[in-house]
Amino acid sequence: MFSTFFSYIIQGTAITIAVTLVALPFGLMLGLAMALIHTYGGNILNRIAAAFSLLLRGVPPIVLLFILYFMLSSKSFNLSPFWAGSFSLGIVSSAYQMEILRGALLAVGNGQMTAARAVGMSRVQAVQHIILPQALRLAIPPWSNEVSIVLKDSSLVYALGVPEILRRAQQLSATTQQPFLAYGTAALIYFVLVFATNRALDYLSERTKLPTHS
Amino acid sequence: MSNPILETRNLTKIYGQNIIFKDINLKVNEGETIVIIGPSGTGKSTLLRCINLLTANEGGQVFLDGQEITAKNYNEDKVRQQIGMVFQNFLLFNHLTALDNVMIGLLKVKKMSKEQARQKAMEELKRVGLEDRASHYPGQLSGGQQQRVAIARALAMDPRVMLFDEPTSALDPELIGEVLGVMAQLARDHMTMLVVTHEMGFAREVADRIVFMEKGSIVEEGTPDELFYHPKNERTREFLWKITELYGKKEKEQSATA
Repeated sequence: MFSTFFSYIIQGTAITIAVTLVALPFGLMLGLAMALIHTYGGNILNRIAAAFSLLLRGVPPIVLLFILYFMLSSKSFNLSPFWAGSFSLGIVSSAYQMEILRGALLAVGNGQMTAARAVGMSRVQAVQHIILPQALRLAIPPWSNEVSIVLKDSSLVYALGVPEILRRAQQLSATTQQPFLAYGTAALIYFVLVFATNRALDYLSERTKLPTHS
Repeated sequence: MSNPILETRNLTKIYGQNIIFKDINLKVNEGETIVIIGPSGTGKSTLLRCINLLTANEGGQVFLDGQEITAKNYNEDKVRQQIGMVFQNFLLFNHLTALDNVMIGLLKVKKMSKEQARQKAMEELKRVGLEDRASHYPGQLSGGQQQRVAIARALAMDPRVMLFDEPTSALDPELIGEVLGVMAQLARDHMTMLVVTHEMGFAREVADRIVFMEKGSIVEEGTPDELFYHPKNERTREFLWKITELYGKKEKEQSATA
């Protein structure tokens, strides 16, 4: 009985990881685009990006998840709960990732842009070759935090019926009458995932650090 | 020498209510080194930034090789490839090694092949005496070395004119000499240079002409001899007296080491 119990919840782990692997890069792309628009866009684009961020960060993720889910799974998009839930989670995360990247872009400073332009680079080239490589390095530690949040918030899609870890833990708790075992196992899996990811990103941050003394 | 390589006509910069400088007329001939001096806040740095279009002007024109580069729709990126700039705070690309700092413009702007760019970049690093630091990151270099890499980065683009914006102001006194040495060598090699600096020793020895700017206009210009020994304007005399008093000691130390 225990082996079926665990294999059932392990399958949920695969779905949790899949949701995260869709939501996170999608949120990163959208967040990066918004951060660039906010930092380098004109007056109007800048305000649109700011409003996007303010709105998404001012509402609980679960509420947004429901709204976005019903938009994405409606007739016009017709996405399955898995895809609709993952993209919704990505959109919510994009606002937070945008702020992380915006901070990193600002931290790189105007001087680097000036120097790049002085060499004859266009603004796009300067961002691509000079600003972003530095900003992304700076963004790794705060981004690592956002990765944990997305991993943990992926449990919210259980409310949409996606059979990930929490959903399965709930089912097991109901059928086996062992809530501590079911939810405890779920908690342990989340913890291991978050811990491993943070460690991996710490390592990446260390590896990409720029040398400062000879 | 008939046609100046760089010329400004009535160049004017205004920030809000503040006139930074007004009606600046400046001619730079090929191979000339011109040093701009003057008190802080007189628009010297802004003038350089207006010349290579990093800052928009509020009037007047800039000509490079007889072409008006301030004309509407003129390709700014093309202009900056021909005008090298060295900044007070170096502004090396922090994520790139010294060699890559010099190479990146050749690769991305001049679209050179990697091999060609590497060769050219190494030559430029050699020119500033830093070929043995090619694989160092900016964070591993002293201020003087960083500034020399910045000079190599600008030189690599084969500019028609080099602009120097207080290139030694952020350096420790013992590092100033190595940067001025590289600049003096460039002047001897007939690079056209426009230098904003407070280094009066450099101005006196290297400049073909010195321009004294104050409160947004050119007060006086002439050869180092004319300005240092026979200034026509009372303000020029006062300023030079004050600044040689202030920097005199440091210069003596440098000329001893140079």
